[in-house]
Amino acid sequence: MTRKQRRLVLIGSGMAVLAVAVALMLNAFRNSIVFFNSPSDVVEKHVPAGTRIRLGGLVKSGSVVRGSNLSVRFEVTDGKNGIPVNYQGVLPDLFREGQGVVAEGALDPGGTFKADSILAKHDETYMPKEVADALKRAGHWKDDYGRQAGASAGGGGK
Amino acid sequence: MIAELGHYALMLALGLALIQGTMPIVGTQTNDPVLMSMAAPTALAQFAFVAMAFAALAICYVISDFSVLNVFENSNSQMPFIYRLTSIWGNHEGSMMLWVSILTFFGALVAVFGNNLPAVLKANALAVQAWIAAAFHLFILMTSNPFVRIPQAPFEGQDLNPILQDPGLAFHPPLLYLGYVGFSIAFSFAIAALLEGRIDAAWARWVRPWVLGAWMCLTVGIAGGSYWAYYTLGWGGFWFWDPVENASLMPWLAGTAQLHSAVVMEKRGALKIWTVLLAILTFSLSLIGTFLVRSGVLTSVHTFANDPMRGVFILAILVVFIGGALAFYGWRAPLLKQGGLFAPISREGALVFNNLFLTTACASVFIGTLYPLALEALTGAKISVGPPFFNATFGPLFIPLMVVMPFGPLMGWKRGDLFGAAQRLLAAAMFAALTMAAAFAIEQGGPVLAPLGAGVAVFVMAGAVTDIAERTLVLRLPFRAALQRAIGLPRSAWGTAFAHFGLGITLLGIVAATAWGSERIAEMKVGDNLDIAHYRLTFAGLFGRQGPNYHDMVGRFILHRMNGDLIGVMEPSRRNFPSRNMTTTQAALMTRGVSQLYLSLGDPMQNGNVAVRLYFKPQVLLIWLGAAVMFAGGALSLSDRRLRVGAPQPAKMKAALRPAE
Repeated sequence: MTRKQRRLVLIGSGMAVLAVAVALMLNAFRNSIVFFNSPSDVVEKHVPAGTRIRLGGLVKSGSVVRGSNLSVRFEVTDGKNGIPVNYQGVLPDLFREGQGVVAEGALDPGGTFKADSILAKHDETYMPKEVADALKRAGHWKDDYGRQAGASAGGGGK
Repeated sequence: MIAELGHYALMLALGLALIQGTMPIVGTQTNDPVLMSMAAPTALAQFAFVAMAFAALAICYVISDFSVLNVFENSNSQMPFIYRLTSIWGNHEGSMMLWVSILTFFGALVAVFGNNLPAVLKANALAVQAWIAAAFHLFILMTSNPFVRIPQAPFEGQDLNPILQDPGLAFHPPLLYLGYVGFSIAFSFAIAALLEGRIDAAWARWVRPWVLGAWMCLTVGIAGGSYWAYYTLGWGGFWFWDPVENASLMPWLAGTAQLHSAVVMEKRGALKIWTVLLAILTFSLSLIGTFLVRSGVLTSVHTFANDPMRGVFILAILVVFIGGALAFYGWRAPLLKQGGLFAPISREGALVFNNLFLTTACASVFIGTLYPLALEALTGAKISVGPPFFNATFGPLFIPLMVVMPFGPLMGWKRGDLFGAAQRLLAAAMFAALTMAAAFAIEQGGPVLAPLGAGVAVFVMAGAVTDIAERTLVLRLPFRAALQRAIGLPRSAWGTAFAHFGLGITLLGIVAATAWGSERIAEMKVGDNLDIAHYRLTFAGLFGRQGPNYHDMVGRFILHRMNGDLIGVMEPSRRNFPSRNMTTTQAALMTRGVSQLYLSLGDPMQNGNVAVRLYFKPQVLLIWLGAAVMFAGGALSLSDRRLRVGAPQPAKMKAALRPAE
């Protein structure tokens, strides 16, 4: 092969790999992105049942009901709207009434959010950033949320 | 007084960094050997002052001087000594101190061990190293001063974040930083080469040990972090594709590519400009990693504080260094002489394949990590790009790389024999096929891709063994002769085989633990049994236990084999730290060979029952064992005579010094 041909092979294979990678990424972006929504977003945007989303807000005080076999029901609220959530499993250490939570899952046709994971993701003030932003937008943010939460929340995030 | 000394030493270090960053460059531009020779002593002095500052901070922590704000916020006199020491870097300010300490330490190493470097290259490289140091000194002094005092000293500190009160904190951050910052050496050498407008194969030989050392530290640093997350987060995951993890994976991928392209450059004088670009990109990714983790754009346990000023400052550092370096590269790289070309089927070709896939995989991680941030900044929409994205992009890019990997070392330079290599890999391929068939047969309803992954892992491992067998001719020569050949092999060849073998081990562990593990979540009352794989767990009761600065609620569980043989007791706990009123989960691990049973306690219930999560993780320890083997491979390669930059030793003297060799 001549110098030129060799260079062509090199550039050509590079382009091919890049093209494959771009195709993979576009495909993955179409299928695996999950949007974050506050309860108000869910109500206002009419998020259809069955679409995977992340729901974030505060666990409404007094709403947590534990059932049998580790099932739990609670309401996620941003002060304006609330969405009932069903979850089965062990809750993360930081899960407390009145504190921030992010649940991943989908709405069922009845309007209940079926969560398959409750995220233990938080910063050192124990308020997920997305939740803090959503609360600020809904006008229910208090500056001492983080502090209060820090006083009683658990760890376990990454 | 000690804190003020530390603060003062840091300011002096900044001054020295500014001198080290300018004078030697003036020297190289005006051809003044005296100015050039200033680089090494200033680098040493700068390190001495930074070390002094770090030691001052360490003393404040050890003696629990709560009049220092940083100590008050992150330490507590009740904490065990080791955590008082590790909490130095368990916070933003202290971890930046660790960063610059390591950075200047590497600068000092170059100054000490770079005696045989060309004077111009050494002066330029140390000057570039000093620019980075100066930027970070300035960052610490202006936005993150760890030596700030409180007017009235409190009696007791606020304690370190309980999640960080773990032996992992002693190893994970320093190793990770050794990796991140170690890549700065290659970066500085790359910029120095561009400044000089000259680069040759020897450049690669000088830079490679540094890259290799950094890569080794980063490998075990990432693995250590992964194991820490695994046992501490309570649900047995070892990799989450979390942005902070990706931040460390990206430099690792780019660094691995650089390690391989530098071989081509050293041996064949090709890929010069590409290697320089990789050196710039790898350190840039390290800087981006620091930015992602430290600036507060991501929420994680690694984000210690959210001061917008800091984010802006780090962003400025990023723009100046990455943008500046790339612009400089664009301007000066055409001046460098092009290297030779080679046939696509050759050792060089295989290494190019490696680079192509590693950098593309790195790019996919980069996009998956930064796209949500960019989207939120531009449109305000919040999305999460999680494991499905990375599994669908990183996986398909990494698997071909693993399949081709065993071919590389078996091909000759310049022109390789693909058919010959394939023939020699026949045994390895058959071994892999057998593994796949066995996995398919044993597996009941697991993922279809899992046996394939296991087969690839075995192929990589068997390929590494084949490589050594071919080099030593172990199957063709009498054993003694083969042993002689094995001893005579360059250690870098052993290093390659070990590192590749280690990657295979890790892949096997990942496949087995994710695909063939099992999980039970249950509510248990005393006397209840829970079965998993071929084990039975019995709940024996709850009790309390007092630690130095925490209180444990311990669950006692007895583990039996299904046939009734007693294996042992597992005692997971929920650990409450009164100083912060925080609770963490302490999982209990039971190691069986390289597999583990993993038990963690969930919420305590009113009726005295406990919620438990029990996992069986087959072959999970292979994941981290593989990283250790990769580290060993790096160490072997680093000890290769070819890479020792010191004065060449006469063979006789070496033989006398090492009779065992």
